Amino acid sequence: MNSTTLATPSTATSDARPVHGRRRRSPGWFLISPSVTLLLIWMLVPLAMTVYFSVIRYNLLYPGERGFVGLENFHYFLTDAGFIPGMTNTLILVGGVLLISVVLGVLISALLEAAEFPGRGLVRVMLISPFFIMPTVSALIWKNLIFHPVSGVLAALWKFFGAQPVDWLAQHPMASIVIIVAWQWLPFAILILMTAMQSLDQEQKEAARLDGAGPLAIFWHLTLPHLARPIAVVVMIEMIFLLSVFAEIFTTTSGGPGYASTNLAYLIYTQALLQFDVGMASAGGLIAVVIANIAAILLVRMLGKNLTEKH
Amino acid sequence: MADLKIRNLKKVFDDVEIIKGIDLDVRDREFVVFVGPSGCGKSTLLRLIAGLEEVSSGQIELDGRDITDVSPAKRDLAMVFQTYALYPHMSVRRNMSFALELAKADKNEVARKVSEAARILELEPLLDRKPRQLSGGQRQRVAIGRAIVRNPKVFLFDEPLSNLDAALRVQMRLELARLHKELNATMIYVTHDQVEAMTLADKVVVLNGGRIEQVGSPMELYHSPANLFVAGFLGTPKMGFLRGRIASVGAQGCEVELDAGCRLSLPLQAAGLTSGSDVTLGIRPEHLHRSSDERCHLKVKTDVGERLGSDTYCHVRTRSGESLTMRVRGDFTPRYGQELDLTLESDHCHLFDSQGQAIGQPLQQQVA
Repeated sequence: MNSTTLATPSTATSDARPVHGRRRRSPGWFLISPSVTLLLIWMLVPLAMTVYFSVIRYNLLYPGERGFVGLENFHYFLTDAGFIPGMTNTLILVGGVLLISVVLGVLISALLEAAEFPGRGLVRVMLISPFFIMPTVSALIWKNLIFHPVSGVLAALWKFFGAQPVDWLAQHPMASIVIIVAWQWLPFAILILMTAMQSLDQEQKEAARLDGAGPLAIFWHLTLPHLARPIAVVVMIEMIFLLSVFAEIFTTTSGGPGYASTNLAYLIYTQALLQFDVGMASAGGLIAVVIANIAAILLVRMLGKNLTEKH
Repeated sequence: MADLKIRNLKKVFDDVEIIKGIDLDVRDREFVVFVGPSGCGKSTLLRLIAGLEEVSSGQIELDGRDITDVSPAKRDLAMVFQTYALYPHMSVRRNMSFALELAKADKNEVARKVSEAARILELEPLLDRKPRQLSGGQRQRVAIGRAIVRNPKVFLFDEPLSNLDAALRVQMRLELARLHKELNATMIYVTHDQVEAMTLADKVVVLNGGRIEQVGSPMELYHSPANLFVAGFLGTPKMGFLRGRIASVGAQGCEVELDAGCRLSLPLQAAGLTSGSDVTLGIRPEHLHRSSDERCHLKVKTDVGERLGSDTYCHVRTRSGESLTMRVRGDFTPRYGQELDLTLESDHCHLFDSQGQAIGQPLQQQVA
């Protein structure tokens, strides 16, 4: 017995070595090369073109002038009157919508989980449905049916109480856009958090009840820690999409009044397609890429650990 | 003190009666095991005692206090769950101290109780780990520790060992028995495993279909089952059953005519039986023998044999088609289809009437 058990590993390793060598010379690289090549073309060509456009004079109003200008486009973009408000508004939009969708998402899904009432299935579907409405449509609904100072629901409500109706999109443009976008993204948070909540072990809750925990203590000590990971998922995914919100701004305020509701994506759009300055828009695009990457790295640092940690 | 009284307890789920009226007394320091097939209501009964399910009717009383409608946390009970139900993001220490923290107990007191429980359960080196870093047996011990720190009047266990592998189960079974002695605790334990029931219990409660079939010490249940269900449920391999009729009733016992083709006189006082009534005779595998010098000869054909080394379980078929299991020495190798002559130890036969109830008390007292 002993001799065979001792012998087995040594033969195994001597067998394994050539296998290992063969694997190194394997045709794996060759086989994945088509998809890798395609991906590289897909990503590298647009990036290279953007980098190229960002260092030349490229204005559609002055065809033929394509001289190299160095970092001038970057300088102009960063010192543009719209840049600081654009940055601020991007942060407000991302932060505000994330805050609303996570906090309300947790509360609403916890309530849905806790309460048994007839028609719960229907309520769930209705809660999710804003997610399926395209951004332009929902922005138009909010603009014309809810925020409108003459015909909007809110105006009617204000008038009912004898108050002066508020022109939301003119007076509080950024807050209005945050609300519109949050309305669209809250369902996503609810969807993820509701499913996560259902996976919370019932026996844990029962054990906590026996330990003397009330509904609030169970929510605080069991549900919230259980939701840490899905919340991280919601924050990461929503952030990716919220950095590039465009349609809602375009259909409601067009970035105004002034720069009051212009974010980075919208600023780049105005440079490229309203002022026809492709060079400067490309420079802005590259700056946006850098900012998105900084945000991504910070996020992965903060939340990534939470995601890879095994339960 | 921990004296639990259950009176006419019923539980109805969506018009289906799961627990159909249960009366049970659990005395101080007793180890009571609920055992039964799946779906018999044993877990529901435990959850009713714990307060995790609402009682439909009836009463639960602990030390004279009616706890039927008291919230689970205020019943002075602690429960160990089948899946352990540890809080995954808390360390072992916090898992154990959680209940005391919620009760706003004194910090030093909490630390003392946790370290005491950790000492008893040999969990001291693991106190700062998270549950996911523990093995199944360690998690089980943490779950028990969580119950111990609360110093409950009654410990409730819901199939605590069924998620462990066979070797660990045997070890944890011994540890539970030791713990019961060491803590002087009152424990109620639910299992479907009759070995756990037989080895751990002071008192076994056999449940079937939401009713109690029999309550008693393991040996009482083994030696004098009250009905066919208990007789067939306890004991591995199962008790064998043979159909028959009463041939005559006398002062010295009764005579039974078996369909399998033999007549047997049993030292059982069969009160209220007349000759001709249908009965079922039960015989355990260890009370069947392969010899031919006694009164009853059963002619059987061997089916298959299961050889365990120390013993061989020999499955046989009678001429009337009933199957029996016989325990024989490990060196006996039955051939398939071999004809055998069996004798039954008449002292150890059980008799059941057509309703499945055990008939008569044995004339000599059983060793309980």
